[in-house]
Amino acid sequence: MPRLSHLKKVLVIGSGPIVIGQAAEFDYSGTQAVHSLREEGVEVILVNSNPATIMTDKETADKVYIEPLNEDFLTRILYKERPDGLLPTLGGQTALNLAVKLKESGLLDKLGVELLGCKVDTINQAEDRKLFKELMIKIGEPVPDSAIVHTVEEAQAFARKIGFPLIVRPAFTLGGTGGGIAKNIDELNAVATSGINASPINQCLIERSIAGFKELEYEVIRDGKDNCIIVCNMENFDPVGVHTGDSIVFAPSQTLSDKEYQLLRTSALKIIRALDIRGGCNVQYALDPESFQYYVIEVNPRVSRSSALASKATGYPIAKIAAKIALGLGLDEIINPVTKKTYACFEPALDYVICKIPRWPFDKFIKADRRLGTQMKATGEVMGIGRTLEEALLKSVRSLEIGVHHVMLPSLKDRPREELLNRMERPDDERLFIVAEAIRQGIPLELIHARTKIDHLFLSCIRRIVLIESELRDAGAKLSPELLLRAKKTGFADSAIALFSGLTEMTIHDMRAKNGFYPVYKMVDTCAAEFESSTPYYYSTWETEDEVLPSDKKKVVVLGSGPIRIGQGIEFDYATVHAIQAIREMGYEAVVINNNPETVSTDFNISDRLYFEPLTPEDVLHVIRRENPIGVIVQFGGQTAINLAEPLHNAGIKILGTSLDGIDRAEDRRRFEALLKELNIAQPLGHTVTSMEEALEKTNVLGYPVVVRPSYVIGGRAMEIVYDADELTDYFTRAVKVTPQHPVLIDRYMIGREMEVDAICDGKTVFIPGIMEHIEKAGVHSGDSFAVYPPQNVDVTTQNKLIQLTTSIALALQIKGLINIQFVIHKGEVFVLEVNPRSSRTVPFLSKVTDVAMAKVATRAILGKTILEQGYVHGQLAETDEIAVKGPVFSFAKLVDVETALGPEMKSTGEVMGRDTIYERALHKAFLASGINIPQSGTVLVTVADKDKEEGMALVRRFHVLGFNFVATEGTAKLIAAEKIPVKVVARIGEAANDILAIIKAGQCDLVINTISRGRNVESDGFKMRRAAVERGICCLTSLDTVDALIRTLERQSFDLSPM
Amino acid sequence: MNLKLWLETGESFEGASFGAEVKTTSMLGELVFNTGMTGYQEILSDPSYCDQIVMMTFPLIGQYGVNKDDFESMVPALKGFVVREACETPSNWRSEYTLPQLLKEFGVPGIQGLDTRLLTKKIRSSGSMRALFANPAVSKEEVMEQLKQPLPKDQISRVSTRHSIHFPGEGKRVVLMDFGYKKNILRSLLRRGCDVVVVPWDSSAASIMKFKPDGVMLSNGPGDPKDALHTLPVIRALQEALPVMAICMGHQLFALANGADTAKMKFGHRGSNPPVKDLKNGRTYMTSQNHGYAVTLESIGASPLELTQVNLNDGTCEGLAHKSLPAFSVQYHPEAYPGPEDTQWLFDAFIQSMK
Repeated sequence: MPRLSHLKKVLVIGSGPIVIGQAAEFDYSGTQAVHSLREEGVEVILVNSNPATIMTDKETADKVYIEPLNEDFLTRILYKERPDGLLPTLGGQTALNLAVKLKESGLLDKLGVELLGCKVDTINQAEDRKLFKELMIKIGEPVPDSAIVHTVEEAQAFARKIGFPLIVRPAFTLGGTGGGIAKNIDELNAVATSGINASPINQCLIERSIAGFKELEYEVIRDGKDNCIIVCNMENFDPVGVHTGDSIVFAPSQTLSDKEYQLLRTSALKIIRALDIRGGCNVQYALDPESFQYYVIEVNPRVSRSSALASKATGYPIAKIAAKIALGLGLDEIINPVTKKTYACFEPALDYVICKIPRWPFDKFIKADRRLGTQMKATGEVMGIGRTLEEALLKSVRSLEIGVHHVMLPSLKDRPREELLNRMERPDDERLFIVAEAIRQGIPLELIHARTKIDHLFLSCIRRIVLIESELRDAGAKLSPELLLRAKKTGFADSAIALFSGLTEMTIHDMRAKNGFYPVYKMVDTCAAEFESSTPYYYSTWETEDEVLPSDKKKVVVLGSGPIRIGQGIEFDYATVHAIQAIREMGYEAVVINNNPETVSTDFNISDRLYFEPLTPEDVLHVIRRENPIGVIVQFGGQTAINLAEPLHNAGIKILGTSLDGIDRAEDRRRFEALLKELNIAQPLGHTVTSMEEALEKTNVLGYPVVVRPSYVIGGRAMEIVYDADELTDYFTRAVKVTPQHPVLIDRYMIGREMEVDAICDGKTVFIPGIMEHIEKAGVHSGDSFAVYPPQNVDVTTQNKLIQLTTSIALALQIKGLINIQFVIHKGEVFVLEVNPRSSRTVPFLSKVTDVAMAKVATRAILGKTILEQGYVHGQLAETDEIAVKGPVFSFAKLVDVETALGPEMKSTGEVMGRDTIYERALHKAFLASGINIPQSGTVLVTVADKDKEEGMALVRRFHVLGFNFVATEGTAKLIAAEKIPVKVVARIGEAANDILAIIKAGQCDLVINTISRGRNVESDGFKMRRAAVERGICCLTSLDTVDALIRTLERQSFDLSPM
Repeated sequence: MNLKLWLETGESFEGASFGAEVKTTSMLGELVFNTGMTGYQEILSDPSYCDQIVMMTFPLIGQYGVNKDDFESMVPALKGFVVREACETPSNWRSEYTLPQLLKEFGVPGIQGLDTRLLTKKIRSSGSMRALFANPAVSKEEVMEQLKQPLPKDQISRVSTRHSIHFPGEGKRVVLMDFGYKKNILRSLLRRGCDVVVVPWDSSAASIMKFKPDGVMLSNGPGDPKDALHTLPVIRALQEALPVMAICMGHQLFALANGADTAKMKFGHRGSNPPVKDLKNGRTYMTSQNHGYAVTLESIGASPLELTQVNLNDGTCEGLAHKSLPAFSVQYHPEAYPGPEDTQWLFDAFIQSMK
């Protein structure tokens, strides 16, 4: 069947900002799909609100709209563009839900827009629990006993009938938001309430828990001719009970016999046919470990996180093929892009195993509940490829960047046996390590299996690792080459071998060099070498033959940024991809090393060669040894890559771009202070203290408030702003252990407007594409603040000062490439807060608004093409007429017990961009796109700290003019009443039945404004309120600057409401 | 214990021995690879692998152990097994023993720890080749002498049943000509209610007709179809009288019996993922395959057969049907196990043809 010729113009919806449950994988699949559609001659219109994506680059689609992903904006775009088709299956749940709304509103039919990839009926059948269950029963596929409920009472009734444990799954939510397992009636009440609230249709599925069953996933593709294939199946290390996004996963399945494999395969094909899906689909199964009994858990009628993983695991580009199928092409007509000789209609054969481990944000959110269940909590993931389970597992452990290179956490060492056994029973992010420690302590596998239900095969795999550890310990200094090689084949890092044998890492390295022990690189080719292919996609292993094709061209290695985590997100992958593109455009070969299966940079079509490897010095040096590049670029892969500069430099590898010395001068506190002093640039005064007494003494001289943080971050203990000596004392007793080895840094907290500059320097010329102004005052982490380009409240003189300071710092550091500087303007004076000698989070945003592909310009500069030669200028680029606002996006709803108040520690997971010709409209778009539900009218709940009263009241007056009502507790209410503004007084938490918490929980307010004040009780009351608002889906703002911005957007669009 | 895998090219690869012990040298076999990621138990017991040394491209083999249900025959026919890693600690509810234990019991030697991907690429470029295992102490000269020997040509007679066996059923009676049948062909017929008589491969048409069958199934089997030419008149006689379905070796013999030709392939098709396109309905199916010979496309035109199915990747013949008789054949294994169940409907079609 040739492609459907009437589809000349297709609109693709992206997935919006990165949130837990919907991350970079949709940039990967979306970008691939858009390329795939354009290959077929289709004009592609793309809509996405996330600027930090490759898919929103102008070059990706024919037209790109960076606009909020809601019905209003899509409607206008559809009218304006009048596409022939709408493809919503590549933009995650966001795009799918939006498509359903557009279809059901009748708009698509009215405009004659065909919904591609799947039908609304299919989406509803797969997503609506009741319809799904009915369909499964109709086609004879088993589903667990379940009931659809809309109230807690219905849930209780079902529990009385079936018993416990039960699983609550809310309908139409991301990553299972609001769901969970209930073992008793109290837990059920809690989970059912949150689940019903979380579901946009207030509907939950309650089902018999099959926790402990094996969990498997099948990635299926079907075309319009009913040809169906399985791209990959995957088996979870964690049995049913942990969300698949939070599970450690192996592919292909490891413990299924062919009978079981085919049983589920046949079922998956039956399901995709019954749903009439044309494209990709994911089916999740629970399989009884003791029989052939299985249950269908869930179906995603679209490209998903798992399909991105399956694509990277097999080399089979699911999104690309799904897009072609949407145009009517058959699997048997599409050439397999990997072999280029065979067709896409086949099932990949792997000759390696992959292991995926999620990356959780608990290093940032110390207080969060780290237990894992049906609600996904991971922000990212890593993948390791190996020829054995052990190798794949250890490679992915090394890729996690959690401070260990082996499946061993120092904090678990010598923990009591009972503690380990108890902890492993309730899965949390450390379970893999707990199990390994238990095996290390000699706890029988039987017992571990009984507590965890983790399959014996996986436990045996860990035991084989532990056995090598003890062999290494026994060998000590007498380590034999044979054992060394065996340890390497098992996937051990040199550092791990050093740790267990007691030798130094250098000794191990030298011993390997002497014996010629180096890894080889094998190709990922979809077909287990049956057909010739030339995929430039490699992984290291310890075998005989190396398959990397020799090349005489000059090569540049680019280091990626590893797993997505808070503070290091998709922005760094964006810059990495641009760097790769620029390297190739300049005639070099670009070689990328990365381990994140979700990203565009690990699409093997992007670079000349992709090495899917951990980003540790050893793993990176092995690749460099094989490639012999002219040098390595470390400035685009975030802190991950920057941290590798020193070991690589020490190993004699050339760092391209800013030198190690330049990096060090910016990052080493002492050297940085000296530099600023030398340049006569002000920075907030600060001290390094080693005791609480010293802290109090020094701070008295500095003056409050101050920013305090440990110099040596252990487990991400927080940075805080303290306002007086009591708070400082509290911080020292509660948050840190200060010792001479672990000093604490104290800096004056300069209240003022924060500014951020990203610049490119070639050593001589400093080019500044743009300056951004933060909407929140310094003190809110730059990643969590709204920011606007160009600055709205800063005069030309100050801007010139920023340009001048940026220029002198960049030149002094001899920056070659990118530099990011954060400033604060305090009482008219400019202070430098931070200098990052690398690509920053704001590079994609600024690249989009200024139309300067900053990472590309920087890469060219690094490779010797000066900024002037590239046609750019010394100094700042002329500002555009367009105003763009960056809005942060949080995933608080997914993370129970996480503080939502903004502070100096970053908490957001993603970002959006609002652009317009008028500032307030750009702001409004940013609010809408970030998912903030802007109330046009209604009730504002206000509780502000004493220090914020004055500013708070000014905002209350403006809300009053707009016609809003107010609710407040006594203190704040008095102030409001004093303004002659009506206010309803409510009780503090616990002081009456209908207290302030009850008001929020009942949804009796539309906006919560709460600024943080110290003192234990107040703090925890505030915390409860903020959490209640997040869980009820009520916008809660904790910075008055954000509130000011919000009111501005309302004032701008509000009609006057005065009586005659 | 160390063991070497020797190829007819004179190259050798050292690994570790598992399964049956090799004191000096193992028996000669043809080294082939299978890309299936599951199904090693079925593969090990598939008679079609007679006189072959099978290498699995998936590196971890034996993960789910060995159970009593998934054998495709009771007597292993292969000469050796090559894997990257043989699992000693399997895990599956049906597992009764480990892969190394099974091989030991079968008397089949295995080798592990080799770079199987390298070997796969070698076969891909040079074709299937003769190989054997040898104790590292055995000299190259001695090994090469053995590697020069031709492979035997009597595989079918060694794996076929000697006597007819009756598996009662309520439905149509099918005679299954055993060239080395996989049990799942029998199971696929029995599951559909057939009454099945398995007969030796060299049975005469008259002796088969004595069973008063409603149809004939020609089974899979090992080796070169041209080593079984004397079955061709029998097949010709049967197809005139009865509906015929033929699988793999049966398909090749059916083609030869009708005047088409077969030829050895470079390295054949062995795995659970080859796509086969049905030229009649336009659909493509995932199939289970294991063959080193194929019916040549150019020989079909002059025969009374029509090409019904082709391999989507290399265009080779995957299915034939007689233009005027109710007889059809497929090169792959619709009975599955190992491999996908996509084409089980062919058995239904066969049963339909007997009505």
